[in-house]
Amino acid sequence: MDFALSAEQRLLQTSLAGVLDRVAPLERVRAFADGNKSIARDIWAALTELGAPGVLIDEAHGGLGLRLLDAALIGEALAAAAAPAPFLGAAVLAPLAIAHAGSPAQQDAWLPRLAAGEVIAGIAIHEAVAGARDGAGVTADAGRLTGTSLFAIDAPGADLLVVADHSGRMHLVEVGDDNVEIIPLTTIDSTRRVGEVRLAGARSEPLAAGKEILPRLRDAAFVMLAADMLGASQTMLGKAVAYANERRQFGRLIGSFQAVKHLCAEMAAELEPARALLWYAAYAFDAAPDEASLMAAHAKAHLAEISRFIARTATEVHGGIGFTDLLGLHLWFKRIGLDRQLLGGPERLRLHAARLQGLAA
Amino acid sequence: MDMALGPAYEAFRDEVRGFLAEHRRRWPPTVGATRAQMLAWQALLLEHGYAGRTIPRAYGGFGASPDILESRIIAEEFAAARAPRGLAGQGISMLVPTLLELGTEIQKQQWIAPTLRGEVIWCQGYSEPGSGSDLASLSTRAILDGDDFVINGQKIWTSTAAQADMIFCLVRTEPDAPKHAGISYLLFSMKSPGIEVRPLKTMTGHAEFNEVFFTDVRVPKTQIVGARGEGWRVANATLKHERGMLGDPNAAEARLSELIALMKAETVSGERLIDNPVLRDRLMALQARVLAMKFNGLRNLTCQIAGDGPGLAGLIVKLQGCELNHQLAALAIDALGELGVLYEGSPHLRAHAQWQQRYMFDLGLIIGGGTAQIQKNIIAERGLGMPREG
Repeated sequence: MDFALSAEQRLLQTSLAGVLDRVAPLERVRAFADGNKSIARDIWAALTELGAPGVLIDEAHGGLGLRLLDAALIGEALAAAAAPAPFLGAAVLAPLAIAHAGSPAQQDAWLPRLAAGEVIAGIAIHEAVAGARDGAGVTADAGRLTGTSLFAIDAPGADLLVVADHSGRMHLVEVGDDNVEIIPLTTIDSTRRVGEVRLAGARSEPLAAGKEILPRLRDAAFVMLAADMLGASQTMLGKAVAYANERRQFGRLIGSFQAVKHLCAEMAAELEPARALLWYAAYAFDAAPDEASLMAAHAKAHLAEISRFIARTATEVHGGIGFTDLLGLHLWFKRIGLDRQLLGGPERLRLHAARLQGLAA
Repeated sequence: MDMALGPAYEAFRDEVRGFLAEHRRRWPPTVGATRAQMLAWQALLLEHGYAGRTIPRAYGGFGASPDILESRIIAEEFAAARAPRGLAGQGISMLVPTLLELGTEIQKQQWIAPTLRGEVIWCQGYSEPGSGSDLASLSTRAILDGDDFVINGQKIWTSTAAQADMIFCLVRTEPDAPKHAGISYLLFSMKSPGIEVRPLKTMTGHAEFNEVFFTDVRVPKTQIVGARGEGWRVANATLKHERGMLGDPNAAEARLSELIALMKAETVSGERLIDNPVLRDRLMALQARVLAMKFNGLRNLTCQIAGDGPGLAGLIVKLQGCELNHQLAALAIDALGELGVLYEGSPHLRAHAQWQQRYMFDLGLIIGGGTAQIQKNIIAERGLGMPREG
C-alpha cells in the first residue's frame, strides 16, 4: 500500500508551479481578469509545452496517457496560481468523452489535436448533471441540436463543444456554424470562462457510446472542481500565514496572537484531511470504479464546505487589506465561490451521495 | 497511489481471520467478561502475536519485527469480526513502549511481561490540579532521604487508579532547576503507605478518573526511569504513544456505521430517521469527514512506513479526530430526539445510553491529552511556522 504521490507526480507539481510562476504571475492573471479575451493563449502555450492538454489522452493519440489524479494535480496547481486556462473542458472532460465514448474515427479526428493544444473544447452538461434552469435544455433530432445549455464550462472561445442532450446522450458540435452561439456569462470569477450555449438546429455528431459516459464525466468534473478548491484554499491559507507572520500591531506580529494563529490552525486542520480525500477520489476514478461516484461527490461537497470557511477566514486574517483589490486575494475567494456551485452545490451533492448508497429515494 | 497490499499481506489477513474463526468460543463476552476470561484471551493473543506483537520474546512478547501494515490488518480484522482486542491499559500502551526505549534491563525484565499478561495494572500520574496544559510546572515533590525518595503532592485525571497495582509518575526532584529539567519519572506501588485514591465523578455520572494524594510515600531510588531531572524527556516518549491513541480514524469509521444502522432502524410515526432530509444531510456531511480522516490516516501510515514525518497531516489528527467523534455522537442524539436524552436505567433506553455517554466523554477527550487550544498552538507553531505568543 502506498498512499502518497509518486516521485513523478511531485516532479510534475514542482515543474508546473515553476512554469506558472513565470507565465501566470498575479499581474498576468489580473490582465486576463480585467480584459475580455476568452483564452489566455500565452498561458495555454506554456501548458501545452508541458503536455498538460494531453494529460489524459493515450500516447497513441499524442497524449501523456496519465490518470485523473495527475490531471487533478495540474488543476490544483492552476487554481493555486488562479491561472486562466480552459483545462477542465479541453484537457479533462472533452478528451474523456471522446476517448471513452467516441468512435475510432472521432478519436483520430480530435484527440491528437486536443493533445497538441490546437483545439480548445468546452463542455455543456449542466442540465443533464445538475438540472435545467430558466427553460434550458437541449434536444437532438437527426444530427441537429436545438436548445440552450447554461454554465457551459470553457465554452467561450472554444472550437469544439461536447454537449449532453436532455436524455443524457452526448454530441460533438463544431463552433463556427451560424446555428451555434456562445454567450459568455459574467460570474464572480473572472479568471475562468463559462457560457451559455444556444443551439438552433446546430449540426452535430453523436458520440457512439451514448449515455454511459455522462456519469463518468460528472464524477471527473466533481473531482476536478474539488481539486480547484484545494489549490485555491492552499494559496489563501499560505497567504494568510505569510501576512500574519509579517504584519505588526500592538508592537508584535499578529501571528503571535492566539486569536489569529488559531484561525490559521483551523484552516490547516480542515485542509489536510480534505487533500487526502481528494487524492483518493481521483485515484478511485481510475482504480476503484465501485467507489468512484461516491468519493467524487463527497470530495466536491466537502471541499466546498471547508473552502468556503478558508476563503472567508483567510480574508479575515488579512484584515481590511484583504477586503480590498490591492492583494488580489478575492481572485481565489471567487474561484472557490464558482467551484462550489458549478454542477451542484454541497446540499445537492450530499443528496446524490445518499442516493448512491441507497440511503435516499 | 496504490491501495493494493500485495499477496503476502493478503495471506497474513487470511491467517488473522483463521485465528479469529478457530477461537470463536474463547472470545470474552462484550459485556460482563470476567477477569479470568480476559486474562485467558490475552494469553492466547500473546501466544499468536495479536498482542505484544513487536515486543521481544525475552520480555514476554511475540518478537515480530515492526510492520505497520500487519498491525493495521490485525486492527481491521478484529474490528470487522467485532472480536475483543485484548488488554489495552496505559501500562501496555504507554509504559511498555517507554521502558523498551528508556528503561534499564532490570526494569524491562521485571515489568514488561507481567504488564503484557495483565497481571500488573498501571495508572499514569502526570496531571496535577495546578498543572494541566502547563504540565511541566508540576509541583509534586520527591526528596531524597537515604535510599528512598519521599513523595508529597497530588495527581488528578488518574484513570484506573483504584484498580492499579503500580503507577508511573512524574515528580519534581530538582526544585532549583528550570521547570523542564527538574522532573523525574518514578515507578512505584499503589499499595505504598501514604497513598489515598479518591474517585473523581464526571458529567457522565461515572468516576472514570480519580484524584491521588501522596503523603510521605517512600519509593526506592532505583525505581527511576532515566536519570534524575530527565523525566520530561521520558514523559514525552510516553505522550508520543498517547497522542497516537486519541483521534483514531478507525473509531470514527466504526461509529459512523453504527449511526447509519441506527438511523435506518429507528422510526418516528413510521418514518425512518434516515428519511428526514436534514438529518440525512448532516449524516452525509459527517461521512465525508470520516472518509477524509480515514485517508489522512492512510497518508500518515505511508509516511511512517517510509520513515518520513507526516507534518501537518499528523499534527491535526487529535484535534480533528476527537471533534469528529463528538459530532457523530451529537447527530445520533439529535436523530433520537427525546429518546436521545434518556439515561442509564430508563425504560425505552437505546444502545445502553452509549451515545450520551460518548457525547459527554468525548468532550473530556477534546480537553484531555492536550486541549483543542493547545493542539491549535502546536499546529500553528510547528506545522505552519507561526510565532510563539509573547
